[in-house]
Amino acid sequence: MKGLRDLFTALAAVILGLLAGAVLMLAIGANPLEGFSYLFRGGLMNIERIGNTLATATTLTLTGLAMAFAFRTGLFSIGAPGQMLMGGLVATVIGLSLHLPKWEMLTVILLAAMIAGSIWGFIPGYLKARFNVHEVVSTIMLNWIAYWTVYYVIPAHFKANLETESARIPDYASLKVPWLTEMFKGSFINLGVFAAIVAAVVISIILNKTVLGYELKAVGFNRTAAEFAGINVPMNMALSLGISGALAGLAGATFYVGYAVNMQIGVMPSQGMDAIAVALLGANSPLGVVLAALFFGVLHSGKGFMNAMTGIPPEIGDTIIAIIIYFAATSVLFTRLFDGLRARFRRGQ
Amino acid sequence: MWDIVSHIFPYAIAFTVPLLAAALGGFFSERSGVVNIGLEGLMVIGNFVCAVTISKLQPSMGQGAIWLGLAMAAAAGLAFSLLHAFASISLCANQVISGTAINMVASALTVFLARTMTGSGNVRITLGFVPFDVPVLCKIPVIGPLVFTKSYATTWLVLAILAISWFVVYKTRFGLRLRACGEHPQTADAAGVNVYRMRYAGVLISGALAGLAGAAILVTFSGEFNGTVAGLGFLAMAALIFGNWKPLGILGATFFFGFAATLANVSQVVPELSKIPGLVLKAFPYVVTILALVLFSKTTQAPKADGEIYEAGKR
Repeated sequence: MKGLRDLFTALAAVILGLLAGAVLMLAIGANPLEGFSYLFRGGLMNIERIGNTLATATTLTLTGLAMAFAFRTGLFSIGAPGQMLMGGLVATVIGLSLHLPKWEMLTVILLAAMIAGSIWGFIPGYLKARFNVHEVVSTIMLNWIAYWTVYYVIPAHFKANLETESARIPDYASLKVPWLTEMFKGSFINLGVFAAIVAAVVISIILNKTVLGYELKAVGFNRTAAEFAGINVPMNMALSLGISGALAGLAGATFYVGYAVNMQIGVMPSQGMDAIAVALLGANSPLGVVLAALFFGVLHSGKGFMNAMTGIPPEIGDTIIAIIIYFAATSVLFTRLFDGLRARFRRGQ
Repeated sequence: MWDIVSHIFPYAIAFTVPLLAAALGGFFSERSGVVNIGLEGLMVIGNFVCAVTISKLQPSMGQGAIWLGLAMAAAAGLAFSLLHAFASISLCANQVISGTAINMVASALTVFLARTMTGSGNVRITLGFVPFDVPVLCKIPVIGPLVFTKSYATTWLVLAILAISWFVVYKTRFGLRLRACGEHPQTADAAGVNVYRMRYAGVLISGALAGLAGAAILVTFSGEFNGTVAGLGFLAMAALIFGNWKPLGILGATFFFGFAATLANVSQVVPELSKIPGLVLKAFPYVVTILALVLFSKTTQAPKADGEIYEAGKR
């Protein structure tokens, strides 16, 4: 029943978000039907655009998994942007400094990015466990520290012509591979898509089939009861945020050395915050996260096309996502509605 | 050294004022028991509404448009914070998620609207407050040049709000009830206080102050809406915690952040400071916040029911 209810809630949030988007389009004098048709066509109309949607969904899946994993332990980490930046920074630095055969290079890059992200996640986890520092505040602080680190490290040592971005990532260090790019007719799709699938499977196994996952979820359900049952609560919290950080670091690598060709400075990656929407909509389950990321991937890669064809500002995509989060946050309305409908349905029988 | 300090002090104060206003907003909300992580977004709303008001009305109203812009910004922040109040108080939603949604809706929606109005997504204003020297007081040695020169009207407005906030929260019946709802809502309820209404009041006041804070950024040092307030709302939240949920503590914490940020911003042009790496200066406030949270973790005076959902049926 829980799965069905989650699905109902998620669909209700999505439909209300899209409706709100339609109202906004009407408000600025655009035709919502036309707007949405271009929005979805922009994300899906040909193989190249599908590739772009998948590439966008790759990063969102990984950050969404990161968020969902911490959520399951009862921790609201919003450190994904900073962890993405640190993972991306390490990936960029290695990509521009080392020279190895492609497969060795990619292994080193992905591992290093995960380690960097997990350190950036472990810090708030440790502070929470040891000193009871609220993870929301500490992750926000760490996001800005990461932001300024990138801001100063890239131009100082790794820039090419422009002050505001790193040199171009060489082909042997990029997650883009010719066969995949050709298969999708030159889109941004890259090997990260496989990393995201593997990550979703691994996280699903950890959560559902291992002692670690059981303990993490127990801490999330009831911290006191978990402690009473002999679970090491502080260690589990630190570990949970560490693993969450590793996922976000991996997301950073897929974005900065996969999707993009270099690292821009002075940008807080929006995928980090969108991850909250992905995790909420996906009801914190790995499968749900993948589906939600695909949906948001369509919105993100279609908004530019919609803007070009109709003149509706591309921010409508972000607005719809944000409104969906709000409705997902107020999901109690829909669960009540769902339970009410179910009760009425039962009585009817 | 004195030259540097007296030179950057007015800038530090100008930078502190919006932080202070937003942190005071957070103070009202959290004292009533609702975490308002949406301060950032509410500041963006205030910033946007103020920019639109001033750019539309400046030709007909002149200087008065600025004051009207501030009022409109506060009203818009208040209206927008209703969304947060409704979700987190009436619907018992997770306050952090609801606040995050507010942040995202605010930044996406305002840029969306700005783009339909101006095409670029930025709204520039050509009229803002002009810094002035306070008569007589600016002649006082030491304090005069530091505090009373090149000050903005918003500085004195927000300092007045600080004093009023202190009085309201600690010396009135409303304030006592507000704090009771943040410490122990069940007891407050038993004593006949309408917890829902008090929490609504706390969140709405925080919305108005955050809106005003966003407008203060615009009419003093920025002069342009560009869809973001660059994390100042989050910094205000940190200042609230750093200041231990007390008005004077908040004043101290926000000024510390304001001063540190100004130091980082002017470091390029001051020879003594340019020796310090930019990263150290920029990251300094954030690192200090984390350290402060660690140090104060044992003696924290957070409202006891801060962030807790209140359901009247649950005892």
